[in-house]
Amino acid sequence: MLKIENLQARIEEKEILKGINLDIKPGEIHAIMGPNGSGKSTLASVLAGRADYEVTGGSVEFLGKDLLELSPEDRSREGLFLAFQYPVEIPGVSTTNFIKTAVNEKRKYQGEEPLDAAQFLRIMKEKMNLVEINQSLLSRSLNEGFSGGEKKRNEIFQMAMLEPKLAILDETDSGLDIDALRIVANGVNQLRSKDNAFLVVTHYQRLLDYIVPDFVHVLYNGRIVKSGTKELALELEERGYDFIKSEADQAV
Amino acid sequence: MQEENEDILEQITTSEYKYGFVTDIEADEAPKGLSEETVRFISAKKNEPEWMLEYRLKAYRHWLTMEEPTWANLHYPSINYQDVIYYSAPKQKVSLSSLDEIDPELRSTFEKLGISLDEQKRLSGVAVDAVMDSVSVATTFKEELSKVGVIFCSMSEAVKEHPELIKKYLGSVVPATDNFFTALNSAVFSDGSFCFIPKGVRCPMELSTYFRINAANTGQFERTLIVAEESSYVSYLEGCTAPMRDENQLHAAVVEIVAMEKAEVKYSTVQNWYPGDKEGKGGIYNFVTKRGICAGDHSKISWTQVETGSSITWKYPSVILKGDYSIAEFYSVAVTNNFQQADTGTKMVHLGKNTRSRIVSKGISAGKSQNSYRGLVSVAKNADNARNFSQCDSMLLGDKCGAHTFPYIEVKNNTAQVEHEATTSKIGEDQIFYCNQRGLDTETAVALIINGFAKEVMNQLPMEFAVEAQKLLAISLEGSVG
Ligand SMILES: Nc1ncnc2c1ncn2[C@@H]1O[C@H](COP(=O)(O)OP(=O)(O)OP(=O)(O)O)[C@@H](O)[C@H]1O
Ligand SMILES: [Mg+2]
Repeated sequence: MLKIENLQARIEEKEILKGINLDIKPGEIHAIMGPNGSGKSTLASVLAGRADYEVTGGSVEFLGKDLLELSPEDRSREGLFLAFQYPVEIPGVSTTNFIKTAVNEKRKYQGEEPLDAAQFLRIMKEKMNLVEINQSLLSRSLNEGFSGGEKKRNEIFQMAMLEPKLAILDETDSGLDIDALRIVANGVNQLRSKDNAFLVVTHYQRLLDYIVPDFVHVLYNGRIVKSGTKELALELEERGYDFIKSEADQAV
Repeated sequence: MQEENEDILEQITTSEYKYGFVTDIEADEAPKGLSEETVRFISAKKNEPEWMLEYRLKAYRHWLTMEEPTWANLHYPSINYQDVIYYSAPKQKVSLSSLDEIDPELRSTFEKLGISLDEQKRLSGVAVDAVMDSVSVATTFKEELSKVGVIFCSMSEAVKEHPELIKKYLGSVVPATDNFFTALNSAVFSDGSFCFIPKGVRCPMELSTYFRINAANTGQFERTLIVAEESSYVSYLEGCTAPMRDENQLHAAVVEIVAMEKAEVKYSTVQNWYPGDKEGKGGIYNFVTKRGICAGDHSKISWTQVETGSSITWKYPSVILKGDYSIAEFYSVAVTNNFQQADTGTKMVHLGKNTRSRIVSKGISAGKSQNSYRGLVSVAKNADNARNFSQCDSMLLGDKCGAHTFPYIEVKNNTAQVEHEATTSKIGEDQIFYCNQRGLDTETAVALIINGFAKEVMNQLPMEFAVEAQKLLAISLEGSVG
């Protein structure tokens, strides 16, 4: 589904991704861990097509297409979703209005009729239950004045509405209380199928108790320096990153 | 509302001004230039009574002694007032016995603009006065309105049919001598709408006037007068468009509103005169004086405007709060793009006791445009407990445009409470990227963010106008980002 080969990217002359290789197949969940500043969010942004980053090498194939050739909006319409580490506020635009526009843009891209009010409402109700989010929050201006946890939950709600093929969750667990964490994880698990995949960026093993990954990768200094199964996350929790850092630093 | 919002965003396809066509229709025109002759010509064309001609001539003579104002933050080459045609009327039968007799070319012009002069097809609940160049072409639903005593007709007709009302109220809120452009308008105004709501009547439908400039080199000088008697209510809408032409055209209108005790008048404008092209060529010079008076106690006037057109806008819809407990509101969205310049705002003049006013202004600048808010809140010595709240927000798209705020406050009574808040923001790249990531292209994202920014004002518009206005905001800003 997603094949990243030797991906390199920089921002303002600063080399951040230094050759990433990653292969994600339908139905899989991959977790990415790694110290602060290692390039996790950068990877997510580059995949989503943020213009600030310049791709200086490598390739990314997404569902048979050259992802790097697509505009950010087309990447989204092709089924790539990014739950932002820091969701953005848009005053005066309700989440409902926003997500309806998004859903219909995607439908238009796929040659489908826009949803009418009744259809939209039915789907929305269903997804609201899934992530246990209430109407009053969705009627408010998008993310404006939302608590940290509400913002994250809102991201997952939008993900549920858009039913992406590949969802990248960038630290969606940070700032969530225990109940919210369970709700978010539960939402992800229910949306999980053999046809879609998840790339979960997190600092905490805790999330991975709920969303069980098939693979865990450690990103350090712009490279994936170690990959393994869910046991790797447990080991990191116990030992910290130092052992990996020194291994990696020696290798270079 | 929400669905419509999205439909609108979908409908946006091109960034061209879509009302820029010209109707090929024979016109009856005055010779170029302004003189006593011109004034007499216009008055004669309209078969006006002597008193009306006198009013015009007096205004004209006064105008000769005045100078064009230069205090606004507007820069444009000086206007040659002798190079303008002051009267142009599409030729059609002098008096129509029914709406069916309207020239088909005219009818289709208005159809193209989305204004049906056919009562059956018309949106229920809106009566229209359609004005092309210097004359009113048709007024719909007159009969239905007259059943409840509401007068809604062209100004020309009102001068003949209701001289006592016109004599009493014309110029009572905006005297001919008020400023350079009101003197000019009072001398040469050609048509416009008159509307009178009698005591205790709630006008059963929205009233609207649709102004269209068609002829070349012609100025439009319309005049609108609304009188709401005690305890009456009316909601009034005004829309306008013009063809795309390389030369600038002059528009100098005057609108007056009188609200008696407990009366309420809601006046909404969607101003979409041709803004000129991307290089700043052409466009309407829009110099407008709009003023209302809350003459009676507990009366209310609210102005809502969505200004997207014109190359130059000079406009300050104002309210004199004379009656005790009267209320005034000004809600404005002004969008400027390319080389447009707008200097717009309001004056709230508190004279009565316990009066309240509210100003919400949203300025959006893009391209190389300049957008200024200019507002005055004044509280007179005897206006105890006056309250004003002003909120002026500016949004910038790009870094070659300008937003300016000039709030003036004059308070002569120490019980007054006057509050002013102002913000300036930019559409963030992170906001746009967030939208892109959800599948919205940049134009759609900008339209959405702008409509969100302007929401408080847009919510004030009557339904029929809100949809068009949202579309307009999006269209006016196309091509300004990314
Ligand atoms: N605009 C920028 N200019 C310069 N450096 C930047 C810019 N944006 C990001 N960086 C740098 O790129 C590096 C990678 O940042 P990134 O946000 O991808 O890290 P991260 O792995 O997501 O960290 P965290 O765990 O703290 O979220 C950091 O050193 C960061 O300072
Ligand atoms: Mg990060």
